[in-house]
Amino acid sequence: MIKFEEVSKVFGTGDKTVQAVQNVSLTVNKGEIFGIVGFSGAGKSTLIRLVNLLERPSSGKVIVNDFEISSISKDELRKLRRRIGMIFQSFNLFNSRTVSGNIAYPLKLTRTNKQEIDRRVKELLQFVGLEDKADKYPEQLSGGQRQRVGIARALATSPDILICDEATSALDPETTGEILNLLKKINKEYNITILLITHEMHVIRTICDRMAVMENGEVIEEGNVYDIFSNPQSKTTQSFISSVLNDKLSPRLLAKLHEKPAARLYRVVFTGEASSEPLLSRVTRKHQIDFNIIYGSINELQDQLFGSLVVEFYGEKSEVDNVVKELSEIVEVREVAHHGS
Amino acid sequence: MGVEWSTFWPRIVEATGETIMMVILTLIFSSIFGILMGLLFFVTREGNILENKLIFNILNLFVNIVRPIPFIILLVAITPMTREVVGTTIGTMAAVFPMTIAASFAIARIVENNLVSVEPGIIEAAQAMGARPVQIIFGVLIPEALGPLIMGLTFITVGLIDFSAMAGTVGGGGLGDLAMSYGYQRFDTSVMVVTVVILILLVQVAQFTGNFLSKAVLRR
Repeated sequence: MIKFEEVSKVFGTGDKTVQAVQNVSLTVNKGEIFGIVGFSGAGKSTLIRLVNLLERPSSGKVIVNDFEISSISKDELRKLRRRIGMIFQSFNLFNSRTVSGNIAYPLKLTRTNKQEIDRRVKELLQFVGLEDKADKYPEQLSGGQRQRVGIARALATSPDILICDEATSALDPETTGEILNLLKKINKEYNITILLITHEMHVIRTICDRMAVMENGEVIEEGNVYDIFSNPQSKTTQSFISSVLNDKLSPRLLAKLHEKPAARLYRVVFTGEASSEPLLSRVTRKHQIDFNIIYGSINELQDQLFGSLVVEFYGEKSEVDNVVKELSEIVEVREVAHHGS
Repeated sequence: MGVEWSTFWPRIVEATGETIMMVILTLIFSSIFGILMGLLFFVTREGNILENKLIFNILNLFVNIVRPIPFIILLVAITPMTREVVGTTIGTMAAVFPMTIAASFAIARIVENNLVSVEPGIIEAAQAMGARPVQIIFGVLIPEALGPLIMGLTFITVGLIDFSAMAGTVGGGGLGDLAMSYGYQRFDTSVMVVTVVILILLVQVAQFTGNFLSKAVLRR
């Protein structure tokens, strides 16, 4: 478990200070995958480094596994760091060591005996699917393979927590998918709590249980991934979500659609149970009007369906009003204005 | 009037031996001091694993004082210190002392420069694993920078062959001494040519060995 209590981090002194993290309070529960999304410079990287004290908080408390970490001794900190694996955007593998050597390194630090190290390295190589690369050097591997080595190395000391600093940002989409699957597998099989930061909403959508959005050092939104996707509050969150859901019409197309005299465009948002019912068809048939889905998408999120559709209704004004009213009782319906959203 | 080569060859062999001796001894001593100083330099830098402004500034001051002094001047200037430490100011061992001083500071800079080129993320990764500073220095920093370090030491070795010739002129023996007293002061071109050829060969051997070792470490 990781808990931030009113944590702030200021860099620099005097007039040239930068407030990287501002008054963040956040709890990451044991066994979950928690994602923090934000643009670059939002403070995510600093926040995640507070967990293993690569950065020290300027104020506030960071609690990891029931330890308030900024007050523990150097020795205890080293012990704690072995309970927290970390992987990086640029992998940060040791170029002077082979794949096996990289994975063995954290174990050598604790003077684990050689047989035990060999056994563990073999097991981890198998887990990440790199048995045949044991004696290769990092420069002989692809980006995805390097990150697998990074993951195996982070898991060597059997940590309870894995922190991922933009772990897939340097990878192509297909490799990103493979690494995300691997992270999910780690979470499920070893019950390791994962805290990740990313600027890709796709990563959050694919593996996270809960999420937070950061902007200018602050957490501006936080909660269950499904809830935030279906009901984003801030502009930043909305724009992150549109980046993966494709649910916004371009202003040009929208203007064109509004040129039609009787056009009435609505955005219908389906969540939970509503998304599995033939709702649109049932309600429009009842009031004898037609509908046309113009734009939108239906996505799977945390084993549930989530849809956001732009729909045009054809028919008597009063009937359309009735349809909208009836739909509004079950799902979210908003008239799409000229300026979008 | 030239030298009698049949009796002079043994002098050449002896002088070559002295030069090699001076260079190797200096290399050993200055590597120990230089690498330690360079490491201390690097780790005490701002933002590094053992950041310490005081130690860094003192070291920096020392290096910047010693480095710009021309070697021939340093050699003469520290004669009293040489007498204290070595017991004499004449001979091969007396030359090793000033050479070690000059080379140590040069190596310190080279070590520092090469360590700076190690990806900071790699050091961060080791820290995140709970490595101690000593473990980071010897298990990560040095292995990661070993290739360029060997190249740097090779560069210094070639410089030391140069230094040894200068040290020779103040009674250190070696090929430099021979070239100066027979080749230059007695106008014997053949002695000059022979010593220069031997010096060139020594430099070639040092460079070749350095290249070979760094290649082996860098795998390229």
